[in-house]
Amino acid sequence: MSALLNHRLAVPAVLIVLVALLPLVLPSSFYLRIATLVWISAFAVIGLNLLMGYAGQVSLGHAGFFGIGAYAAAVLPAQLGVPGIFAVVIGAVASALIAYLVGRPILRLKGHYLAVATLGFGILVAMVINNEAWITGGPDGIAVASLGIKKLLKSAFGLKVKTAELWYWIAGAMLVVGAWVAVNLVDSPTGRALRAVHDSEIAARVAGIDVARMKLVVFVVSAVYAALAGSALALFNGFITPDTAGFLHSIELVTMVVLGGMGSILGSVVGAAVLVVLPQLLTMFHDYEHLLLGLLMMVFMIFLRAGIVPGLRALVAGRGAA
Amino acid sequence: MSILSVEDLGIEFGGLKAVDNVSFAVEAGEVFSIIGPNGAGKTTLFNLISGVYTPKHGKVLLEGRDVTGVGPHLLARKGLSRTFQNLQIFFRMTALENVMVGCHRHERMNVFAHLLALPSVARQNEATRAAALTLLSRVGLAAYADTVAGSMPYGALKRLEIARALAADPKVLLLDEPAAGCNPVETEEIDALIHQIAADGVTVVLVEHDMKLVMRISDRLHVLDYGRTLAEGTAETVRRNPDVIAAYLGSHGSKEAARAFG
Repeated sequence: MSALLNHRLAVPAVLIVLVALLPLVLPSSFYLRIATLVWISAFAVIGLNLLMGYAGQVSLGHAGFFGIGAYAAAVLPAQLGVPGIFAVVIGAVASALIAYLVGRPILRLKGHYLAVATLGFGILVAMVINNEAWITGGPDGIAVASLGIKKLLKSAFGLKVKTAELWYWIAGAMLVVGAWVAVNLVDSPTGRALRAVHDSEIAARVAGIDVARMKLVVFVVSAVYAALAGSALALFNGFITPDTAGFLHSIELVTMVVLGGMGSILGSVVGAAVLVVLPQLLTMFHDYEHLLLGLLMMVFMIFLRAGIVPGLRALVAGRGAA
Repeated sequence: MSILSVEDLGIEFGGLKAVDNVSFAVEAGEVFSIIGPNGAGKTTLFNLISGVYTPKHGKVLLEGRDVTGVGPHLLARKGLSRTFQNLQIFFRMTALENVMVGCHRHERMNVFAHLLALPSVARQNEATRAAALTLLSRVGLAAYADTVAGSMPYGALKRLEIARALAADPKVLLLDEPAAGCNPVETEEIDALIHQIAADGVTVVLVEHDMKLVMRISDRLHVLDYGRTLAEGTAETVRRNPDVIAAYLGSHGSKEAARAFG
């Protein structure tokens, strides 16, 4: 049983079951939309977790990459007539390139210095989006043309699906593939090298690991995750604002990583779920919503310091042993 | 040709000459020890040789080729490996994974293959795992394979670090105080392990404070004091050298010296 749970593919398998069964218990398309938001956030958080939880490098500017993906999906079709799906690919490639160029100099920095440098990058992206209103629509946001998948399904197969359902399945599939790719990376020479860099950079170097290159690789990979999630959000919502690339969103992503559990792919999904769903649940408390959210987060961190998933796993293992 | 040699090697920290004009040559297959009192510059010398520090002057030659200022990860690929005085273990990884990281230089680093888990990656993982397990058994840690390094005893970690260094298949292995903090039994195990490594044809350069261990296993010794060379030679000649005795125990310490070196 435990061998089965520890298998590399256990996490993608769990997610397939979760994504497949969840619609059976969700009463309306409103909840389907929330679940979709969870999958999209979780996708970005998995990427960030590879950077933070495995390689031990922080990024307080990841919403910048998220925003690049989102605005690529919005702006390229509107301004240049690029088909939506290509816009998504271009957004991901652009994010990778920018991550490469930005990462080369700033990944030499460590700890707080790296945090501040990535923070600066995120703010820069948000500022450009805010100020170049003639392309991006500025602070008012911008409408995003749909991919036309619904029309395609109808004309090709005579299928009629609701937008909420369609995006639930697209985001769910993205999440499963994203988790699969992440566990692949973790269980590879690259993954071992990243974890080694996290624990002792000097020992990693002496073992022959090109530390600078490893950090750059994972930074680029995590930027692509963020960009793809950004594109998905833009296409799903049909409208985006510069907040998607903003500082608060970067912080939210980092919080999801830490809350769910650093170095836990499943934790990324749980962290995203908690921070997307809790505010919705807490709206019934009206004025006290944010107060309660903050309190709950503190309680989680105090009692499950390693994050929700690793924390619970340790608790269960402790019980089992006792 | 010596397998490893340093020529006039030197580095300063804020005017302090931590290593000053040190030269020596290590022949293939020998156990060569660097000894000296605390602060003599032994670990700094290791850091210079292994590329952690860049020397201010002088040269490091590996198999006759100049590798001065070459980074540690490139030196690892050229066959130089080392351990650390203060443990540098990947504490959140298992013992087996620690050694698997040591195999890094033999692994193909195609990130796209890794992301997509192509069949070649599974084969690679399997080969690395098998090689790492063999090494763990060799240092007597097979039982710890799936134990997270953070919960292993100190003596075992010392040997784990050696196993990880061996995983790179080095020609030259630098061991920085492998027996420091070990009890007599553990020291004996490490002694046997070093013998075995040398017997396999790996050149061992050793920094160690346990004089009994050093005198027993070294082919030659190089003595440092205040960053400079004090003496070099076989255990027999070094232990009779009055400068060495004075440096170690002060000029009044001849009695203690007799006991320590006897």
